Amino acid sequence: MTLLQVADLDCRYGLLQAVRGVSFEVGPGETLALIGANGAGKTTLLRALAGAHRPHAGRIVFDGADVTSLSAHRRVGLGVALVPEGRRLFGGLTVEENLLVAGRGRRGPWSVASVLELFPMLQARRRMPAVTLSGGEQQAVAIGRALMSNPRLLLLDEISLGLAPVVVDAVYRSLQDVIRSGASIVLVEQDLTRALKVAGRVVCMLEGRIVLEGEAASLDRDRVVAAYFGLRRSA
Amino acid sequence: MLNAVLQGIFLGAFYAVLACGLSLMFGVMRIINLAHGDLAVLGAYVVFVVVEQTGASAFVAFAVALPAMIVIGYVLQLTILERTLKAGILTPLLATFGLSIVVQNLLQIVFSPDVHSLGGSAGSVTTASWQLAGLSVSALGIVIVVVAVVLFAVLQLFLSRTRAGWSMRATAEDPDAAELAGIDSRGVYARATAIAVGTAALGGLFLGIRSVFDPVSGPTQLIFAFEAVVIGGMGSLWGTLVGGVALGVAQTVGAQIHPQFAVMAGHLLFLAVLIVRFGGLGTLLRTAR
Repeated sequence: MTLLQVADLDCRYGLLQAVRGVSFEVGPGETLALIGANGAGKTTLLRALAGAHRPHAGRIVFDGADVTSLSAHRRVGLGVALVPEGRRLFGGLTVEENLLVAGRGRRGPWSVASVLELFPMLQARRRMPAVTLSGGEQQAVAIGRALMSNPRLLLLDEISLGLAPVVVDAVYRSLQDVIRSGASIVLVEQDLTRALKVAGRVVCMLEGRIVLEGEAASLDRDRVVAAYFGLRRSA
Repeated sequence: MLNAVLQGIFLGAFYAVLACGLSLMFGVMRIINLAHGDLAVLGAYVVFVVVEQTGASAFVAFAVALPAMIVIGYVLQLTILERTLKAGILTPLLATFGLSIVVQNLLQIVFSPDVHSLGGSAGSVTTASWQLAGLSVSALGIVIVVVAVVLFAVLQLFLSRTRAGWSMRATAEDPDAAELAGIDSRGVYARATAIAVGTAALGGLFLGIRSVFDPVSGPTQLIFAFEAVVIGGMGSLWGTLVGGVALGVAQTVGAQIHPQFAVMAGHLLFLAVLIVRFGGLGTLLRTAR
């Protein structure tokens, strides 16, 4: 049983092909780390999965339904949520408004109260405009906003980017609760150690293609590093 | 002079009502609707038709016309404006300019170039006035001020207290991120345009009651509405109310200096605000070049 099936996906920006013939699957409750150097096509792939980038070719099947041409907001309704790179919060809205505005998806365990429980640092900030928050707090709101739609598939793009290590630790600790809630996760992460620790399976991309795929526990770190930097092509 | 200021507040409240939708559309979609004045005049004509057909009061006729204008706004967004949004700044300007010409010519064909007024169908509110401590207080002026304040307050409450309002503000800030948060940005834009056209029709109602209108009255109303929006700060809702009142007061005080200086005084205030906001006349001229 697969929750997400990606088949022969091509994504382009004009003449530049960012994703080339990518195929992979994600099962229910699975955490998959998407790793690769800058420019490997990870963010574009994640945006295509979320409906924010229209693929040039290929198919995206979510829970048995072809969602390739479905708009982003409709995919949220089906249970696909993206925490975008750079957080992209609505700065003029308060923390609570940022959460509530996204809370029109599926019914499920996540609400403003449960998100604030997951990220206690937001409790005192709930009536503050999002623009006034620190980087870590903003990241917590971004994750909380995605959770408010009660996703079955959560896409996380570089959630540790620009954050202090101690804040990243706190965010990843909270992420464990999300994983336990049963949601599938596709995680784009530059920090290899952290990605291999959190994920059950790893997909490594290079120049738009998947060059390595396997169980995180069984992959040799040197082999991952080689695939990451394109020192040796592995399949 | 005090009476001139009071009349300016009455006039400015009318400008603010006219400008409300223009400000909302700019705030949410970052487009300047050059057909906004013509849509206000179209609203006045729809009210006029209802009055002519039913003999009802202009205010009752407006209650009938408003849903029709809201639907026109919604359809307008989904059929014309939506296609122009992703094509840069110039395309919506050209599209709404074209729409302005179409509306004017259709009104000319259907209603002839003759002027019309809704004053006769608005009851005693058109003529009632009181003299208080040397000030001339018109009932219509009071009605327009109250309606303007209520309109802006309701819109502010809508934007700050309701989920639909948060969705509108979120989409205005970042439409792509809004989509990723599950917000249908197409629907949000359509609702914003529907509200804008509805408020334009309200402006058209007041235009028809307080003076006369004809098929080409729209562009003049657009200029005053645009000046009110710019004076108040582009996209700021309460700023638009303040901008409208400032424009109205400038015009009536200008009229005290010389009757023909009224409109010019408003334009000068607009120009002064532009100069201050662009950091001086030199910067403004360099920007214009």
